[in-house]
Amino acid sequence: MAELTMVEAINLALHQEMARDETVLVLGEDVGVDGGIFRVTRDLIEEYGEARVMDTPLAESGILGFSIGMAMNGMKPVPEMQFSGFAYLGFHQLESHASRMRWRSQGRFSVPMTVRMPYGGGVRALEHHSESREIFYTHMPGMKLVIPSGPRNARALLLAAIRDPDPVVFFEPKASYRAFREEVPDDEEVMELGRARTAREGGDITLVAWGAMLPRTMEAAERLSEEGIEADVIDLLTLSPLDYETVVDSVARTGRCVVVHEAPLSYGPAGEIVARVNEGCFLSLEAPVARVAGPDVHMPYFAREQLYLPDSDRILDACRRTLDF
Amino acid sequence: MTREPVDYGDEIPFISVLDENGDIDDDLMPDLGPEVVLKGYRTMLKARRFDERRLKLQRSGRIGTFAPVVGQEASQIGTISTLRKDDWFVPSYRETAAGFWRGLDPADILVFDAGYNEGISIPDDARDLPNAVPVGTQMLQAAGIAHAGRLRGEDAIAMTYFGDGATSQGDFHEALNFAAVYSAPVVFVCQNNQYAISVPREKQTASKTLAQKAVANGLPAVQVDGNDLFAAYTAARDAVKRAREDGQPGMIECVTYRIEMHTTADDPTRYREDDEVEAWRERDPLDRLGDYLRDRDALDDGKLEKMEKEIEAEIADAWERAEARIEELEGTDPMFAHIYAEPTQELERQRKAMARRAPQEVHAGEDSEAEEDAENGKDEDQVEGDGEKDDG
Repeated sequence: MAELTMVEAINLALHQEMARDETVLVLGEDVGVDGGIFRVTRDLIEEYGEARVMDTPLAESGILGFSIGMAMNGMKPVPEMQFSGFAYLGFHQLESHASRMRWRSQGRFSVPMTVRMPYGGGVRALEHHSESREIFYTHMPGMKLVIPSGPRNARALLLAAIRDPDPVVFFEPKASYRAFREEVPDDEEVMELGRARTAREGGDITLVAWGAMLPRTMEAAERLSEEGIEADVIDLLTLSPLDYETVVDSVARTGRCVVVHEAPLSYGPAGEIVARVNEGCFLSLEAPVARVAGPDVHMPYFAREQLYLPDSDRILDACRRTLDF
Repeated sequence: MTREPVDYGDEIPFISVLDENGDIDDDLMPDLGPEVVLKGYRTMLKARRFDERRLKLQRSGRIGTFAPVVGQEASQIGTISTLRKDDWFVPSYRETAAGFWRGLDPADILVFDAGYNEGISIPDDARDLPNAVPVGTQMLQAAGIAHAGRLRGEDAIAMTYFGDGATSQGDFHEALNFAAVYSAPVVFVCQNNQYAISVPREKQTASKTLAQKAVANGLPAVQVDGNDLFAAYTAARDAVKRAREDGQPGMIECVTYRIEMHTTADDPTRYREDDEVEAWRERDPLDRLGDYLRDRDALDDGKLEKMEKEIEAEIADAWERAEARIEELEGTDPMFAHIYAEPTQELERQRKAMARRAPQEVHAGEDSEAEEDAENGKDEDQVEGDGEKDDG
């Protein structure tokens, strides 16, 4: 067992899965010789060669369309979008083809590809490098969206995503890439997609978060605990399909819920989760479900990005409003 | 210091084998037996008669919008006939003639045209992709398919179809670039039918040819008379050989004409002159090949009449089978089929909720549950989300 960062854990997953399954290949801009701009694909090209670690032309639609074709013909491509903010040029291939090919061909062709893309703010990057647009992919039938929160589940979820027969978008919270280390077992560990995780148990309030917002939510939960209020923290891990039952079960016990995400508030993922809570345990609610999210603005340049992102103070304020309701 | 032309190492030949009088260039004529040519002619005729029937069905409201192939039959049959069964056919949405050559059942097309996804059920042994409606996107998949086959040690290739409008799309250029960089064995067949809906070729691009766009990406390219089966065949045969043997992609520009409307929702008289259409009718690919066959005693009025009757019967039978299948395609359940390899719990819940609203679709074993829910006063209308843990 080793203490790994998320970058190292994802790299480990890629190494392990490429060794296990020779149809797995990695492709994208700078993923080969350079090892990816975040070094997530480091050393893969030395081990598996150019045929399976492809430095591609600079074209997002090209990378994804080419991957769809390879996936239809016996390979399991793991394309990397350098940043989720650049993936829009390939969005059409995901929406119009990857997500539909099984349905459109009435089950004849599947597209077992996993599109990795770093998302979210907090690393002082340039414009277009920090968006949090999970909703684009969760609203796409036929597609799955996975967002790990730490090194250990990143490794286990990536293995599951690559083995999934359907296309998966794998959002990597880049703010968590090197923020902390976690013990990752040497042996293979595969998590089931579509299952949320209870990151912390408590009976007074349910907090729902994912990705890079999870550490901040955990921090808020610890601060509440100092005041004697125990939060149940749900780490969603997969946003599509959504494990709303785990959320509803928790809220049915606590009666209170706060959803935290860094995507803009309006029409954001929290809207769906609130609706599910209303449908699933309305009579258990002691207060309206609160949302802590980014404002409906473009992700500001880096001097103000921490003002944009929910922090534990904002989460705590929402918790207090909910508890005092 | 110099100022001189750069030798980009390529040229764009134009190939024409069969002229408008049915005469051929003996040197260029491919070695095709009369049976194959006759089969090609028959498939072209079938595609045309099929579209004529479809147009009547569409005008009488029996099927929905479709894209007629009339005028482009030779460019499709000439190219697709160079493939093996294990090669891949990656169409856009107008490749009816090529589809027939590949063995596509006209009844399936009609079920699809009538608005049912089931019509595009693709047999397990067919390497034929379903129609791609967005323009140009499928070309990248063809390149990926071709590359993956090569990685897995196969010598199968991919052939993909698109129109002149697609050459304005980014995906067109990305597909050619990827194919060339990775030596993916894919043949790009551009059916330059002169119009992207209403926008004529000269407003689509300032390039002298569409083929030269391939040259810029490092692929050999050729322009052919697309109404000449033998020219299309000759170019495709060479391109397929280069792809299969050397892993070299290539592009063929078939200069042809879409005689009918873009789709049945379109009125081409708004943007095309009758004279122009008539001039292209004079160059009809079917007539031209018919003259060739007649001159060689491979076809005469009697044979043609027999062929027409067989095709008419085939199409009538197809519509009969399609209608019978359509009658069995009621209900909401099929909407939920093939979204994921395994349906998610949520999709199952929604499927059942909708099935309750469509009683004819309630399956054995679910009746009691549906009734029970109704008795318990559950809101059975709520596909929109009743939040029930209805994993039944």
